[in-house]
Amino acid sequence: MIVTLQVNGRSHAVEVAGWESLLWVLRERLGLRGAKDACLQGECGACSVVFDGELVCSCLVMAADAEGAEVTTVEGLGDAGGLHPVQQAFVDEGAVQCGYCTPGLAVATAHLLETHPDASLDELREALAGNLCRCTGYGAVLRAAVAAQRGGAEEAAP
Amino acid sequence: MSETLVRRPPVRGGVGASVPRPDGVPKVTGRFEFLGDMHHEDMLWGATRRAWVPHARLVRVDVTPALAMPGVHAALTQDDVPGHRYQGQAVTDQPVLAEDEVRYWGEPVAIVAADDPETARRAAEAIVVEVEELDPLTDLDVALERGAVFRHVPVRRGDPDAHGEVVVEGTYVTATQDPAALGTEAGLAVPDGSGGIDLWGPTQWTHIDLKQLAACLALDPAQLRVQPCRLGGAFGSREDLSLQTHIGMLALRLGRPVKMVYDRHESFVGHVKRHGALMHYRHEADRDGTLVRVDARILLDGGPYQLTSNAVIANSTYFAVGPYRCDHVTVDGYALRTNNPPSGAMRGFGANQPCFAAEAQMDRLAAALGMDPLELRLRNALGQGDRLPTTGQLIEHPLPTDEVIRSVAAIPLPDPADDDDPLHLPGGTGMTTPRSRVVRGVGYAVGLKNLQFSEGFDDYAEARVELTADGAVVHTAAIEVGQGMVTIIEQIARSALGMSNVRVEFDHTGRIGSAGSTSASRQTQMAGNATLEAATAVREQALAAAGGDDLDDAGVWRDGALVASLTELTANGPLTHHVRYRHRPTDQPDADGQGELHVDFCVAAHRAVVDVDPDLGLVRVVEIAIGQDVGRALNPQQVHGQIEGGIAQGMAHAVMEEVLLDRGVIRNPTLTDYLLPTCLDAPHVEAALVEVPSPWGPFGAKGMAELPTMSATPAVAAAIRAATGLPLTRVPIRPEDIAVPDPPPDDPEPHPPEAGGR
Repeated sequence: MIVTLQVNGRSHAVEVAGWESLLWVLRERLGLRGAKDACLQGECGACSVVFDGELVCSCLVMAADAEGAEVTTVEGLGDAGGLHPVQQAFVDEGAVQCGYCTPGLAVATAHLLETHPDASLDELREALAGNLCRCTGYGAVLRAAVAAQRGGAEEAAP
Repeated sequence: MSETLVRRPPVRGGVGASVPRPDGVPKVTGRFEFLGDMHHEDMLWGATRRAWVPHARLVRVDVTPALAMPGVHAALTQDDVPGHRYQGQAVTDQPVLAEDEVRYWGEPVAIVAADDPETARRAAEAIVVEVEELDPLTDLDVALERGAVFRHVPVRRGDPDAHGEVVVEGTYVTATQDPAALGTEAGLAVPDGSGGIDLWGPTQWTHIDLKQLAACLALDPAQLRVQPCRLGGAFGSREDLSLQTHIGMLALRLGRPVKMVYDRHESFVGHVKRHGALMHYRHEADRDGTLVRVDARILLDGGPYQLTSNAVIANSTYFAVGPYRCDHVTVDGYALRTNNPPSGAMRGFGANQPCFAAEAQMDRLAAALGMDPLELRLRNALGQGDRLPTTGQLIEHPLPTDEVIRSVAAIPLPDPADDDDPLHLPGGTGMTTPRSRVVRGVGYAVGLKNLQFSEGFDDYAEARVELTADGAVVHTAAIEVGQGMVTIIEQIARSALGMSNVRVEFDHTGRIGSAGSTSASRQTQMAGNATLEAATAVREQALAAAGGDDLDDAGVWRDGALVASLTELTANGPLTHHVRYRHRPTDQPDADGQGELHVDFCVAAHRAVVDVDPDLGLVRVVEIAIGQDVGRALNPQQVHGQIEGGIAQGMAHAVMEEVLLDRGVIRNPTLTDYLLPTCLDAPHVEAALVEVPSPWGPFGAKGMAELPTMSATPAVAAAIRAATGLPLTRVPIRPEDIAVPDPPPDDPEPHPPEAGGR
């Protein structure tokens, strides 16, 4: 079947098989390999993307259900020429080690700060508990989230 | 180091600064190409047929149903291995594919290549595997009884008749832990058109893979280029081969690139684990707290193949006592052969299991002596000039055991919690603990581990520094696993050269010699020293060539004036220097396990603060503080990152992480059932870095990243013991261990101090 969806602002019409997940379409059909496949059970959050305004594990979304959807992946957050403040904070705070969880965590953090700009530290922790990281122990991730939040608040101030 | 290096102002991005990692931007934008992200236009997908029995005779393997499926290009078995049919780092005892026996649950039996991963998976399932099940050997005592021993490491030191006035004994268990790197195993093998291949696979040491793969694939090592890989974590689990031989076989057979990716379930049987252990200990001390004697027997569950078990059990044995002076020590360490999943390296490499047991023993001893647990540890703290209690080795270099204990104890304790926010209560939002039932506990533990390979291993690391018109490049075959070696190497090269325009290029096995393994806390000192020597030599070449007195990104300077730009300096080609760095030699152990077996040591002390709900057995690890020996922190931010990440892994082994084994079968091979800590589980971390420069590390640095994991586990256990009064001799500590504890079988009293006079 053909599925038409918007990814990072670009329209795609993709031929997909019935078994394919959104994650598979992003990685193998569209070549957007930022989202990772670390558990395929919705436990680790490495495949996190924003799907019609909601943060989802793209491994749990069937490709067929993405018809007409608007998807934002880590590639849509920013690139080397212009990092998203969350991406910049992850680099600055040392929140990246092996980096396998990073795309999912960056998408989740950016989405949280967009939808809940005043989130408390506990709210940040609770919101990011769906993204597993095996390297950092999360200290630097939380410092990055807070730094990005602070940066965003300063930018918004008159 | 030359004097000019010391006098010059520090360079931008040099040692001591928290330089951001150079691969940070590609990683955070999703552009970093991990192994599983690799792609080749013409590639096929591989899949593995496994036998889901822990022990069986392999009666028949028939690949014809797979080959009959459209889109399937090859289906291979052990009979198709072109060269040596067994692999292994030290002892080649692991069949590439099961030969006539299946020895662990999930052992690979056959491999296929097909047009797409789904076809490959179905083809692998279609292969007929006929087995006759055998009784699996899964009990450590039985394995020892039957002589299923990979290696017995004995330690006999001091007087067998020397005894202390106070004795404590205990039996301890640590369950199997999975490294669970977030990136699963993935690889790509690409034929080069002239009989050889380029191979990308999950590894921590490309040259040891080269040796094994060349033998199994019947290739001349020059025909096989093991490429530097981009890993989603390692923690030891990439020291042994997983899918490399398989994709190599398929690519060679078909003359086409083959990619293979394990899913999480397959990953659980596709890499080595931290050995489960059963340990018996007896500590004896005088009434003043002087440790007199330690006797221990340590059994490690190696699984069916040797892999690195021979070296892991050496570590368990030699670090059985911990960082304490003791003159009379008997240890018997056994790495045992079983039908449990293969075990091997994981962060701490055999030193963690005895650390859990020995630290529990120190607390028991303190209780028996009526002494503060920290005072007992300080009284016996091992330091420079002492002898390692097991091997008798003189501790030649600084070892700040005393300092790490004092520094962690000086960190203020967290405030007592008094709110009812479920996030701050044991069990989190899913629990029902009222604050009034929560008991706080505080516990300490201290860890000691070797740096580098031991027991006479002839170890080296190569590096080549090239200075060109565009800056300096460090060439190395060392593997960056996420820990940040790439940053450290750049920082060392910058400080040595006096230039900031430095980058690291990771080379395949055909372009540079071995850098050794990214393990054993090695690379900061090994690849680091190789880089330091090479960069220092290139700087001297540059100064000599232009008659200058300083070098920076512009070129060579003399008396404050630029005398040669980098372009002029390298007009006849790059200035290069190649180094093969060796650490000092070590001994092989004598029959009593004695000798100068280790290059150097590192030490850390942890303090855990926990809140426990004794009714439900729930634990919240509130905070872990650490005093950590680092030599010198070349990149403080990265050191903190290693500390926080390592502590999360060690904490989780105390209360969460266990590979549930049922007669050799893993019952929780998913991230749904194998519980990794989330950011709600990971504790707040406070770290005190103890900087006593290493006399031989680059700029005084030590490798340090294993210690944060090691003594975190026993510290959390000690804190839970303090909160509950329970003996808790096994990790992970499960809710039922706290809520409905078994009475000790040989002890009618609920929880007496297990001590007695002599």
